[in-house]
Amino acid sequence: MEVALEDNNLMEKVLPPDEQEIDVELEAKEKKYLRGEGANLESVKDKKLKTQLASREKLYGKSAKAAAKIEKWLLPASAGYLETDGLEKTWRIKQTDIAKEVDLLSSRNQYDIVLPDFGPYNLDFTASGRHMLAGGRKGHLALVDMMNMNLIKEIHVRETVRDVAFLHNDQFFAAAQKKYSYIYARDGTEIHCLKERGPVARLRFLKNHFLLASVNKIGQLHYQDVTYGDMVASIRTGKGRTDVMEVNPYNGVVALGHSGGTVTMWKPTSQAPLVQMQCHPGPVSAVAFHPNGHLMATSGKERKVKIWDLRKFEEVQTIHGFHAKTLSFSQKGLLAAGTGSFVQILGDSSGGGYSRYMSHPMVKGYQVEKVMFRPYEDVLGIGHSMGWSSVLIPGSGEPNFDSWVANPFETSKQRREKEVHLLLDKLPPETIMLDPSKIGAMRPSRRKEKPTRGEIEAEKEVAIEAAKSVEMKKKTKGRNKPSKRTKKKKELVENAKKTFPELEEKNIAGKKRRIGEDAAAELPTSLKRFARKN
Amino acid sequence: MRIKTISRSVDEFTRERSQDLQRVFHNFDPSLRPMEKAVEYQRALTAAKLEKIFARPFVGAMDGHRDGISCMAKNPNYLKGIFSASMDGDIRLWDIATRRTVCQFPGHQGAVRGLTVSTDGNVLVSCGTDCNVRLWSVPRPSLEDSDLSSEKSTEPSAVYTCKNALLAVDHQFEGDLFATAGAQLDIWNHNRSQPVQSFTSGSHSVISVRFNPGEPDILATSSGDNHISIYDIRMSSAARKILMRTKTNSIAWNPMEPMNFTAANEDGNCYSFDGRKNEEAKCVHKDHVSAVMDIDFSPTGREFVTGSYDRSVRIFPYNGGHSREIYHTKRMQRVFCVKYSSDATYVISGSDDTNLRLWKAKASEQLGVILPREQKKHEYNEAVKNRYKHLPEIKRIVRHRHLPKPIYKAKAESRAMNDAKRRKDERRKAHSAPGTVVTESHRTRRIIKEVE
Repeated sequence: MEVALEDNNLMEKVLPPDEQEIDVELEAKEKKYLRGEGANLESVKDKKLKTQLASREKLYGKSAKAAAKIEKWLLPASAGYLETDGLEKTWRIKQTDIAKEVDLLSSRNQYDIVLPDFGPYNLDFTASGRHMLAGGRKGHLALVDMMNMNLIKEIHVRETVRDVAFLHNDQFFAAAQKKYSYIYARDGTEIHCLKERGPVARLRFLKNHFLLASVNKIGQLHYQDVTYGDMVASIRTGKGRTDVMEVNPYNGVVALGHSGGTVTMWKPTSQAPLVQMQCHPGPVSAVAFHPNGHLMATSGKERKVKIWDLRKFEEVQTIHGFHAKTLSFSQKGLLAAGTGSFVQILGDSSGGGYSRYMSHPMVKGYQVEKVMFRPYEDVLGIGHSMGWSSVLIPGSGEPNFDSWVANPFETSKQRREKEVHLLLDKLPPETIMLDPSKIGAMRPSRRKEKPTRGEIEAEKEVAIEAAKSVEMKKKTKGRNKPSKRTKKKKELVENAKKTFPELEEKNIAGKKRRIGEDAAAELPTSLKRFARKN
Repeated sequence: MRIKTISRSVDEFTRERSQDLQRVFHNFDPSLRPMEKAVEYQRALTAAKLEKIFARPFVGAMDGHRDGISCMAKNPNYLKGIFSASMDGDIRLWDIATRRTVCQFPGHQGAVRGLTVSTDGNVLVSCGTDCNVRLWSVPRPSLEDSDLSSEKSTEPSAVYTCKNALLAVDHQFEGDLFATAGAQLDIWNHNRSQPVQSFTSGSHSVISVRFNPGEPDILATSSGDNHISIYDIRMSSAARKILMRTKTNSIAWNPMEPMNFTAANEDGNCYSFDGRKNEEAKCVHKDHVSAVMDIDFSPTGREFVTGSYDRSVRIFPYNGGHSREIYHTKRMQRVFCVKYSSDATYVISGSDDTNLRLWKAKASEQLGVILPREQKKHEYNEAVKNRYKHLPEIKRIVRHRHLPKPIYKAKAESRAMNDAKRRKDERRKAHSAPGTVVTESHRTRRIIKEVE
């Protein structure tokens, strides 16, 4: 009996090779679920707290293991792929070839919708990928259910539509029209007219915060909370008109690409940009963010597409040869770039950077306006001047959805419940920051941080503008003299300036120093030793 | 060329019949959930606010006594009933669900000082300042007696007289002995009219007595000369004695860790001791402003409730320093006795204003039948709130309690005094030779010495 037990022990120590592989695989997956390093408990002196934290860390380890196992064994679907053997290259494979090899359900996702009359089309998908909104430049808005290819509603607004965006679900959408932007309900009725923003060039919706962000023709950035309609922030970027605006889904930061080649990142609570990066020597034509929040792709008119690492703000890769009018990242990290009538899809080959994966050349007359990957499907939507198309890109979508995050098979009851839960979880605009993992962490105790000089100056300008735009009461009985009015206005502006004393002090101190130096320079050389040294 | 694309068939992902449950799919990948930490923080904030919205701890008051309530007793066998006795000799059995008196036990001439029930729930023992110990047989509750208007009264089954006034009584667990405290500590048997055993110690009277739930022969007493004594009734004298600076009004043993007991002291603190090691207290529970009159442990052993002379009832965790909850009302005057109900849901306080008050132990708890989904949601809210409860915004909401003005002012004053004292001690220590000035820890500060 004892001998048999010993044998068993020996057997357990030497695992068969395939189980070892599985272990290594599971460990790699576990890392993803652990979400960073464990806490360092050496420095904790309180014994009770230390044991509590140690047991907590153990629980995290267990839950990460369980999640890794579920991912390996229990997920219903697996990702798509396209593999070639021998000399065949993936980017030479045409959509017609793919159509022959793929099953019926997927081949229904390849189509071209030709609507030549209404101009280049902009697209937007809901978070679950079920509904699509197409907006033609000449005023055609169409809401389509992609599962059944059902046209839910189409309206013609008879003026230019520059951009379209869904709000939190398919019940509401916004369109940026000629003079103002409008919010429509699902059945096409106009609900709101957003006059404050002016003529909008780009509209984007921040899902977690329920903020509708837009950049208008003057270059002003507006954030509006759509739950109660308050304009949370209107920021003068000071960099002129721009058409390029994207939202980073990882942290809710809005990136604008300017004609000077800079990309600036904004949050609603500050008047100055968070980051300014000089990306290209010429104007930036498109920006896109990877869903993990670490990569950003920008393209400039000098025919280069650059990939940036957002943690270090460094360039990772440059792709030469074409300038992309529109860029889009898929859920699995594929990058689609559209130029002219040619759409190229680049893939991240393990560690080697982005290289050509697939391409889709279209007829010369079809000028690409927007490319966007459909969530949870291996489909790329292309909006162009003759309508819109949809092509199959294997391996671009996330195969397994989570019903509580985004459910393409949602019933109306589930949609209503989800709306309520989304509203309960709505984040305040202060949570938008470059590094969202700092929320809920303890800040090292420091004295109250002073805002930077740039921020103070921007706020001062806003205050001065507000003071100037105050409407003066028209006085009667001879008290309404123009000299008195101008005096009063000047007083208000002075008061607004006074609330920023730090800047004033520095200016005065600077002036004094300069005066001192000038005076010292005027003295003859023999008297210079008596000059006041400060 | 090998190719595969995602294709989902509608049948796999939707339900077959409308009677089926909807199908739900999980993917725990963090990349599908951007800003998950911020969302969790937002949920914690909402959970903290909801907890405050639903915090209605006062359930009801039981009105009937004509004088202040001096003591209460729980029936170990019957969850719904509680006995209470007042300063004019009136003993009543209450039905907590209907908040009415079921039965009265008249007979005592003066104040009733102690009440206890035997472990099988049949015998009620009461003692008072009229030097009597009375044994009553507890009427069985039956379903036919739902007539609320009838208040029965019974005769005592036995009356034993002593020489001196009696101050407390407690019954042994799983036995038929009970102990009375007065001028001396006496151990009685149900059937004998004289005490079976007596312990004398010094000239001061014994104020309170409590039997250990784990060891049926061990009991703890507190006396008027600031001692806490632990007796074993098989021995002839005290097993352990602790001398403190102020007297202890009441003692309670932890039902889950029977070697530990907590003493409610006259200086407003509760001291948790390990019965085996008495040089220092295991924990000092500070929050009351005035003398703590009574203490009772929850059956889970994780928290205890105290009632104090400063008109408030507080609930403390068993290993923590500060109270997690305070209950007070304008109408509730000095609280003389508290009990934690045997299902750990309610707290009953008896006070000077002749009322027994019923409170919820967890102020925002939803009573009644809770569906499993609701239960999961409550647990989730609790867990997410506990994860972020040290952050300032949430801490402010979770910690916030309204205090009556006298308690608020008294606490502010004591805080200022303690701060000043601590600062001065620190400076004295900093300016003297290292080692000459020794700071005493809170756990030993109020203990003078351990005897034996």
